[in-house]
Amino acid sequence: MLTLLFDGIAYGMLLFILAVGLAVTLGLMNFINLAHGAFAMAGGYITVLLMQRQGWPFLACLPVAFILTALVGAVLERSLYRPMYRKPHLDQVLFSIGLTFMAIASVDYVLGSSQQILQLPEWLKGRTEWGEGAWTLGMGHYRLFIVAVCAVLTIALQLILTRTRFGSRLRAAVDDQRVAAGLGINVNVVFMATFAMGSGLAGLGGALGAEVLGLDPGFPLKYMVYFLIVVAVGGTSSITGPLLAALLLGVADVAGKYYIPKLGAFIVYSLMIAILVWKPQGLFVQRGGKA
Amino acid sequence: MNDAVLSAHALVKRFGGITATSNVTLHLARGARHALIGPNGAGKTTLINLLTGVLQPTEGSIRLQGQDISRLAPHLRVRRGLVRTFQINQLFDSLSPQQTLTLVLSQHLGLGARWWQALGADAEVQRRCDALLQQFHLQEVRAMPTRVLAYGKRRLLEIAIALACEPRVLLLDEPVAGVPAGEREELLQTVAALPADVSILLIEHDMDLVFSFATRMTVLVNGAVLTEGDPQSIADDPRVKAVYLGEEVAHG
Amino acid sequence: MSSTTNWRWWELLLWCGAFAMPWLWAERALVINEIAILALFAVSLDLILGYTGIVSLGHAAFFGVGAYSAALFAKFVHPDPLLGLLVGAACATVLGAVCSATILRGSDLTRLMVTLGVALILLELANKFDGLTGGTDGLQGVVIAPLFGRFAFDLYGQVPATYSLGVLLLLFVLARRLVQSPFGATLVAIRDNRLRAMAIGIPVAQRLVVVYTVAAGVAGCAGALLAQTSGFASLDLFEFHRSADVMLVLVIGGTGWLYGGVLGALVFQVLQKAISSVTPQYWTFWIGLFLVVLVLVGRERLVRPWTWRFGGQRV
Repeated sequence: MLTLLFDGIAYGMLLFILAVGLAVTLGLMNFINLAHGAFAMAGGYITVLLMQRQGWPFLACLPVAFILTALVGAVLERSLYRPMYRKPHLDQVLFSIGLTFMAIASVDYVLGSSQQILQLPEWLKGRTEWGEGAWTLGMGHYRLFIVAVCAVLTIALQLILTRTRFGSRLRAAVDDQRVAAGLGINVNVVFMATFAMGSGLAGLGGALGAEVLGLDPGFPLKYMVYFLIVVAVGGTSSITGPLLAALLLGVADVAGKYYIPKLGAFIVYSLMIAILVWKPQGLFVQRGGKA
Repeated sequence: MNDAVLSAHALVKRFGGITATSNVTLHLARGARHALIGPNGAGKTTLINLLTGVLQPTEGSIRLQGQDISRLAPHLRVRRGLVRTFQINQLFDSLSPQQTLTLVLSQHLGLGARWWQALGADAEVQRRCDALLQQFHLQEVRAMPTRVLAYGKRRLLEIAIALACEPRVLLLDEPVAGVPAGEREELLQTVAALPADVSILLIEHDMDLVFSFATRMTVLVNGAVLTEGDPQSIADDPRVKAVYLGEEVAHG
Repeated sequence: MSSTTNWRWWELLLWCGAFAMPWLWAERALVINEIAILALFAVSLDLILGYTGIVSLGHAAFFGVGAYSAALFAKFVHPDPLLGLLVGAACATVLGAVCSATILRGSDLTRLMVTLGVALILLELANKFDGLTGGTDGLQGVVIAPLFGRFAFDLYGQVPATYSLGVLLLLFVLARRLVQSPFGATLVAIRDNRLRAMAIGIPVAQRLVVVYTVAAGVAGCAGALLAQTSGFASLDLFEFHRSADVMLVLVIGGTGWLYGGVLGALVFQVLQKAISSVTPQYWTFWIGLFLVVLVLVGRERLVRPWTWRFGGQRV
């Protein structure tokens, strides 16, 4: 059971890193970006290709996955996304679904539709076990690695948000865009940098998660629901909300799939609907959360 | 006051740490021409939102014609004759003035749930719609979608919608805001020409208009009632002048 | 105002043409059947999306429920098509009424999530109860009795196509009445400005429940038609791409004017057959590109060229 909890936490932290960019994008630009999963997929494929075709070591691929997807994100934000901010949500949904379809079809066409196998380096394989019997805590080394990396990233994010000037500009822009612009904050730069960072994190998450979640062209659609759950339940006014929601989701999903194999996801979806009906603005939102 | 048609008792509204409305008691008599004034941010629109049910009060109660409506849903308050206009136009952009007023009238006359009859087929609805379009000078633009109309026309439509609901109590939130000076008089005359037993609560910044219209005034500052009385005593009150002096300097 | 309720000449032409098609052009009868069903599905979505502004990514839930209940009814209770249609519609309507409680509050994102969630839950349930639904293999061997006891659902597809077109026309006429009525106008009011709709006395929650339930029922009819005319129901009816496809169909044809669903279905099916024959993957790519371009250019401007001159939207 402890192992399940650990696995759930690892899964949840991974989901958080994958989804935090989406939460911030929604909170900042009020943009529902369903193509977020495509950035994650890109990160995963970049890693796999670098490792398989160029023989790069796993660790070296991770920063590259982050940087490349961040760059792509920045370019797309500047060119395609920016005119979309004022459009109604339906248009944003259609637009991002369109981008996702294009990404999926391209990957399918170029690289085929079979699942990509990621070969983990030796030092990440294996498992440590503590305790015994029902209280065994089995920790796969790779999952430990994921938890460690994600924890570091989360702390870094929180520090950036609260301790840097960029962070305070970002929080100002999320709070009230017009006032922030009036204060001389270059909102366009904040948007682009934030979007790039969110996409980069998604790419990094995709690289980290390729082994755990499976990587094939259907990845964006398969996991889009989970990212959206994290954002909808966690709210967009902080990053601790999505973090808690992601952890909750991770544990619930792992536990659900273990104890009730055929209906596992059913528990997650029902919980999500129940939570959203009870608290439409999200579970962890303080007063005045933005719609 | 027993003959108050709309009254609020000790209304309080808190948002987290902020108290937007602080212990407000207000009585609106039948046929009143009552103005609510105060500096920006005093909580006037919040009070209107509380009275109409858009916001739920943290404490206090609201009575309409003697009945407690504190928990009544907004649309049911409208059915009982409590109608408001909005400071920022809230219109149906894709509908034309004719369609908008036909819709409002249909809803008001109890036809809103009819799904088998065409909109505007009812003769009484048509008659009233034509009358309103005429009264508010919207005939030339009657068939154009609201989103293309000029601001002045949109404001007229905003008021026309409220009047279409045959209010018994009308809450006007800065009705002439943004309307060119020449049309303001006309707009307020239309409002003043309402039946004498309609009670009107008016939020307005234009002091000339307020003094020519109101028979009673309440001054709201920082969410609380500063004072209340007839226009002359309000005008003479040194505290009111002090509150507004800052305002006038800022406006230049 | 009442001039808009009269049928225009091109509408009569369109419907007469549609009914004649399966008989004049027999080898296309199956395609016409598919188009009619897709059109009905899209029209049901238009009621909630185009007219009321509810963004739903899970409308396929009602489509699937209608299909499975009609199929199960035909297989285990009675093979009459009209009874099956009513059963399918009834089940979907009940589900719609229940689910309408979930879309009343919250933002667009919340609504997206709960509608998506419902469809996914149904997918899981259908998968779990595979003894009843056939699971991933689908529900096979659904045999439908002849319509009115005389017109058998033959292999050529002409009777099924006419049956589907008939149901489509009937429900379309009813929907048309609905959207042109005061009730329909209150839906548009809710879409355009919910705050003001409340402020003029419209019982918003009640209207949302009614329209969502009705739309669910109509979608259920479409699903029932599919199960009955194809003799088969499968899990993919609940999948996300069904909900996305029907939204796309509606967007192609234009939201908020009912014919958007019909014309969108026609264009969509024709394009899909044409492009898929080249390469299956290409279809997804071009659809994606189309969506992106469509939204960047502006939905209304692209799909309704005649509005470029007169401006504005019809209710």
